[in-house]
Amino acid sequence: MDLGAINPLLLAASLMVAATAVMIAAVGELVVEKAGVLNLGVEGMMITGAICGFAAAATTGSPMIGFAAAAGGGALLALLFALLTQVALANQVASGLALTLFGLGMSSLIGQSYVGVKPPPTPDLDIPLLSDIPVLGPVLFSHDLMVYFGLALVAAVWAFLKYTRGGLILKAVGENHAAAHALGYKVVRIRVLAILFGGACAGLGGAYISLIRVPQWTEGMTGGAGWIALALVVFASWKPWRVLLGAYLFGGVTVLQLNLQAAGLAIPAEYLSMSPYLITILVLVIMSADRSAAPASLGRTFHASQ
Amino acid sequence: MLIKKRTFLTGAATALGMTALASGAAFAQDDKTKVGFIYVGPINDGGWSQHHHESALKMIEEIGADKVEMVYQENVPEGPDSERAMTQMALNGADIIFSTSFGYMDPTLNVATKFPDVKFEHATGYKTAPNMSAYSARFYEGRAVQGTIAGSMTKSNTIGYIASVPIPEVVRGINSSYIHAKKVNPDVEFKIIWLYTWMDPAKEADAARTLIEQGADVILQHTDSTAPLAAAQAAGDVIGFGQAGDMAEYAPSPRVSSIIDNWAPYYTARVQAVMDGTWETHSVWEGINTGMVGIGEISDVVPEDVKAAALEMKDAISAGEYHPFTGPLNKQDGTPWLAEGEVADDGTLAGMSFYVEGLEGDIPQ
Repeated sequence: MDLGAINPLLLAASLMVAATAVMIAAVGELVVEKAGVLNLGVEGMMITGAICGFAAAATTGSPMIGFAAAAGGGALLALLFALLTQVALANQVASGLALTLFGLGMSSLIGQSYVGVKPPPTPDLDIPLLSDIPVLGPVLFSHDLMVYFGLALVAAVWAFLKYTRGGLILKAVGENHAAAHALGYKVVRIRVLAILFGGACAGLGGAYISLIRVPQWTEGMTGGAGWIALALVVFASWKPWRVLLGAYLFGGVTVLQLNLQAAGLAIPAEYLSMSPYLITILVLVIMSADRSAAPASLGRTFHASQ
Repeated sequence: MLIKKRTFLTGAATALGMTALASGAAFAQDDKTKVGFIYVGPINDGGWSQHHHESALKMIEEIGADKVEMVYQENVPEGPDSERAMTQMALNGADIIFSTSFGYMDPTLNVATKFPDVKFEHATGYKTAPNMSAYSARFYEGRAVQGTIAGSMTKSNTIGYIASVPIPEVVRGINSSYIHAKKVNPDVEFKIIWLYTWMDPAKEADAARTLIEQGADVILQHTDSTAPLAAAQAAGDVIGFGQAGDMAEYAPSPRVSSIIDNWAPYYTARVQAVMDGTWETHSVWEGINTGMVGIGEISDVVPEDVKAAALEMKDAISAGEYHPFTGPLNKQDGTPWLAEGEVADDGTLAGMSFYVEGLEGDIPQ
């Protein structure tokens, strides 16, 4: 065993990369659920974002256009979910699951001609001065743009929900859609917007995997990240900063267990590979002991006639 | 009434057949040999499943599309689900079914028992039945060549190994690469990460990055995607190898050579045997000598003398003059395994579940 081979700084840097995709998708889903909608289609929207982003980036040669297309693709698929659940009043759980299956199938169809293609590299954003700080610089300030975008997104969602009128309305719609409706808020419109935002975030998360973390296109390459994002929202008690914590914890233990294996730690590899799931769930369950409940209208269908 | 209906149906079928024949489409389905393939991944994974599929297509080309009909299913999980997929193929009239992953072994045997008239061919396993064959390739021969290159090329003396599922095939690969890397570079050290999957690009990329961060400048992989090569490319001065496929899009660097699976001649021979009625069960294990294991072109990044040594080993293995597991070799715990000049027997190799001396860590059980 050679634990000295593990460089804590490199570990910290790679946990930020390993956590970003799940974090962006989870914070998007958090907004959707805060509005009272349960969209289980995160995995489908992520993989759709992954291929849309990959295809756009590979075709145009610009990673930025790729990410824009990924957000668009995710949102478009989410629009389908919005039509089903908000207009046609379909069951949200069934529609979400169907969205995942549809997204997986459609992404592999679109992806047929992108196998073996190399995407344009996304440049790292070496922030001048800050990235020159010894020790902290390389860890915190020399990542790609999306790592910081993820952090900013969590902060923005937190501030939006806590301090803005729009955030209060969104939460009101999620807590009691009948009351919000009686007050004159457009429940369906607000929910559709939230669903589109969630879809765009999931799409960005997926593109982060196909354009930066891997980078290549393979069918089903999100490998269940969407389900982890969904679980994170619940275990984080619908609180943005806990989503961040959960994602970093998950990413951190994922990277750490690989490091421990490579260093030859005398714990069987099977236990190490399940540790990210166990530890993340355990910590978040303990933290959610303060009983912050889910939005009261979560998953319930709303119709103005009720 | 019943007869009438049947007559009508036959008439309709004949009519349909006539139309099909008239329009030039091949209708003589009953004359065609129906060949089924079960793949563990997508047919365009760039690795394992893709090469089985390409070999299958070559087989059809070889025998003739008018004589064989192929059905295949991608992304079939190992375990009970594969049993369902194979049963369905057998029920739909497949004459021979190739199941192309180690985890299909027991399901294949189960289905083979139920359909004694259908022939089954299982890749990389060791169980057989009167209507079920086992075929596999001696990939460890290719890994000996890779190990030679890896040991000579590493500057940090640390080689990272991305291991997939803890089965003898993978353990053999680790041992074979290690023995030959050590032979050319006594200071070499292996760092091994087990992923418990054949194909998960995100996990493979993370594992490759981790190994590189811990000082590895050569990455060997036993997983199927090109993600580790992408990570090696991003790191700059790290090399890797193509696995199952040539992965030439990463040549000349980081991909410096590769192990290529070529199943086409075997598939052609076996399907032909079914058509001729000469098919018999067997258990074969072919290597570099028959071309089932190919070594991808060694790129110019590799120095001439290293390249020459690697090719020399390849030729010696092919000619049967050298066996990658030749003594003296000890097991990891120091107990003697092979005496000077002794060669491992196939039985031990097929069930290999121990590391050789010098490797660190435990094999997950």
